[in-house]
Order: sequence, then C-alpha cells, then structure tokens
Amino acid sequence: MQKLFATIAVIITGAILLNAVEDFPRFGDPHSPPNSGVSGGSVSSSVHYLQNTYLDTRVPNVVTAVLADYRGYDTLFETAVILTAGIAVFAILRVVRREDEEESAGSEEKACSGEFSTSDSDGEGRHRVVVGTTCRVVVPLAQLFGFYIIAHGHPSPGGGFQGGVVLGTSFILIALAAGLGSALGRLREDMYLRLACLGVFIYAGIGLLSLFFRRNFLDYGALSGLLQTGGEEMARSHGIFGVELGVAMTVTTVMFALFANLSTRGELKGGL
Amino acid sequence: MMEWMKTTIVPHFNFWIYVVIMMLGLWAAIGKNNLIKKLIGLSIFQTAILLLYVSMGVKEGASIPIVDETMGEAAVDFMAQGGGGAGATAFPINPDLFANPLPHVLMLTAIVVGVATLGVALALCQVIFRDFGTLEEPEILNQIKTIQDDV
Repeated sequence: MQKLFATIAVIITGAILLNAVEDFPRFGDPHSPPNSGVSGGSVSSSVHYLQNTYLDTRVPNVVTAVLADYRGYDTLFETAVILTAGIAVFAILRVVRREDEEESAGSEEKACSGEFSTSDSDGEGRHRVVVGTTCRVVVPLAQLFGFYIIAHGHPSPGGGFQGGVVLGTSFILIALAAGLGSALGRLREDMYLRLACLGVFIYAGIGLLSLFFRRNFLDYGALSGLLQTGGEEMARSHGIFGVELGVAMTVTTVMFALFANLSTRGELKGGL
Repeated sequence: MMEWMKTTIVPHFNFWIYVVIMMLGLWAAIGKNNLIKKLIGLSIFQTAILLLYVSMGVKEGASIPIVDETMGEAAVDFMAQGGGGAGATAFPINPDLFANPLPHVLMLTAIVVGVATLGVALALCQVIFRDFGTLEEPEILNQIKTIQDDV
C-alpha cells in the first residue's frame, strides 16, 4: 500500500517536473540565462565574476575567489554547518566512560601509543602486513597532495574543502589499515575537536579583523596595511588563502571525527 | 517519435536525467521501510540536485573557470588605460571561454555539507538501532506504540 502511494506521488511529481523541462535552456548553451543573463537585462553574476575576479583579487581560479571572497558569508556558515555536524555526531554517539569502568571494559592502553603498529591488541596484526606497508607509502603522499590542493587553490583547481577532504581521508586510511588507535595517536580527540573549532575561528577572525580597519565584515581588502602587500588586490588574495586554511582545518577534522565516532559507536576504541 | 525525441529530449537531456534520478531517490525515501535505504534515497535525491546545478553551468566550447594569468594581466592593463571608453579593443576576458563558476561554487560546499549531514543521519540511525534493535520503520513504530500504551 505504501509503495503504491509512493509510486503515485513519484509519478505525479515527475510529470510536473518533466512538464517544466521544456522551459529550461538548451544543454551547453553559452548564452542561456544562468550563463550570460537575461536578454535586455544586466549580465548575470557569473559573467561579472569571470570578468572582474582577476582585477579584484589577482586570483586566477574564479571558483576559489567567489567561494571565499564574493560569497564569503555563505562559505563561513557552510563551514559552521560542518562544525555543527561534527558536534552533533559527538553529542549523539560519543560514550565517555570513567577510568575504573574503562579497565573492566577491556584494556587497550597501548592503542594510543602513536606507533605505526599494525597490531590491534590481538594477534591479527600479522595479516595486515601488505595493507600496513602500502598505507605507510600512501599516507604521506596523500597528505602532501592534500596540502598541495589547499595551497594551490589560487592558480589551479583546489581549495580548503577539497584539500580538507583529502587530508581527512588520509587519517581514515590510517584508521582502516592500522586500527583506529593508531590514527587517534596522531590526531587525538581533544586535538581534533580543538582544530575543528579553530578552523571556524580563523575564518571568522579574518573577517572580524577587517572590522577593525573600519571596513565591512570579511572585506579582506582592508588588510593591505597589515600585510604590507601594497595593494588591496593582493591583500584579498592572501585573505582568501587564510580563509581556505581555516576551512581545511574544520573539514579535515570533522571528516575524521565522523568516521571515528561512526565506526566505533562512539567508543573510540577498537573500530573496524 | 524520433522527431519528438530530437526536439524535446536531446536539447534538455540533462534535465530529463536529473528528474529521473531525483524521482528514484524520492521513491526510495517514501516507499522503503528501512531507514538506511531511506538515507540512500535521500543521497540519490541530493546527487540529482548537484547534477542539475553543475549541468546548467556547462557552456559549449568553454574551458574550466580559471583565468589565464597573461589574460588577467592584459585585463589589468586594459583597465589601467581607461577601460575602453573608445571601445577600440574588446575586454580581454571573454566570459564565453570559461564555464560558469557559480554552480561549481555552490555545489562544492553542498557536497561536503552533504557528507557531514549524512554522517549525522547515520549517527542517529546507530542510536535508533541501539535502542530498538531494528532499523525497519514499522517495527520501530510498533515498539513506540507499545511503550506508549504501557505508560
């Protein structure tokens, strides 16, 4: 019965949507309203961004500049949403036991030793030689690549979100290959929670800094005097980079926090 | 029939695909009983919206939205020389050469936020499974009903 109603609802909704498809612009049309604006009106904002980004910020990658500068408010609160998601998962799942309970629940003290050991307090470590060795090669390269993506968001495709996800994935790879304890030895829980908050704080802090120069919130051009860059354009460029660093911190740590909490039901022990 | 497809579906094929994928996700979200399957449906639904936005930014013959630095410097010089009041030369940055950056910006954040919110949803599912021992919606509703009747 439920499936029948679902099918009817889906068919009706789909028919209405498909009926409206006719009115949309042709696929790949360079002069469609979203791409170049309505005829007779002003140009669309995307054309404005394409033409003025380099003049305003000296950033060749238009996506990065629009993300962190023109639409800085949007990105600030997207980052806040990600932090909120991390906090929500912590609040929903995380189980914190007292010390004496912990001992009875099973001792895995050495799990947080930080050693890149493949043993997980049971004798199964030997079966993970191939995975552990591969992980030891791949993880540094993945992290280097993550930092490259973050740092090269200006001249090439990249930025805080993408690089942050790559960095977070590298920690998840450690957790999968060598056990969650090994990953938590590198990025402890108190550390990643602080870093996640620090990321949003950096973003909002750079925005607030421009208020002290009697300019608008998130107007990085105001920082030109502080950064000694000579021009407002370069100041905006550096401001975008600082913001991307904050975004990357939050994304990295929240991705790892999600995995760590979900894979252990909030115990942060053992894991997959 | 062929003529109708050529004039109706082919120029708008991205919208047809997005509607089909979106309805698949909607059906899973409404019609399935398992909470994880509902989540999969919602993820498919979200992917369809990402596809809609990104496909609207496609331009024929355009490249990625990264302005060449020489072209950018030419634009800076152009503006320094008074911004083409006489209209002798065109503005050096031709927007038709670059894909629309705006959908990419919007969807870039939406993807990461989608992963984060999916994590929250999975965490809720874990708690539900811990408390009820099942992820099937009718069974959960039954258990809630018996609890309420007992009270």
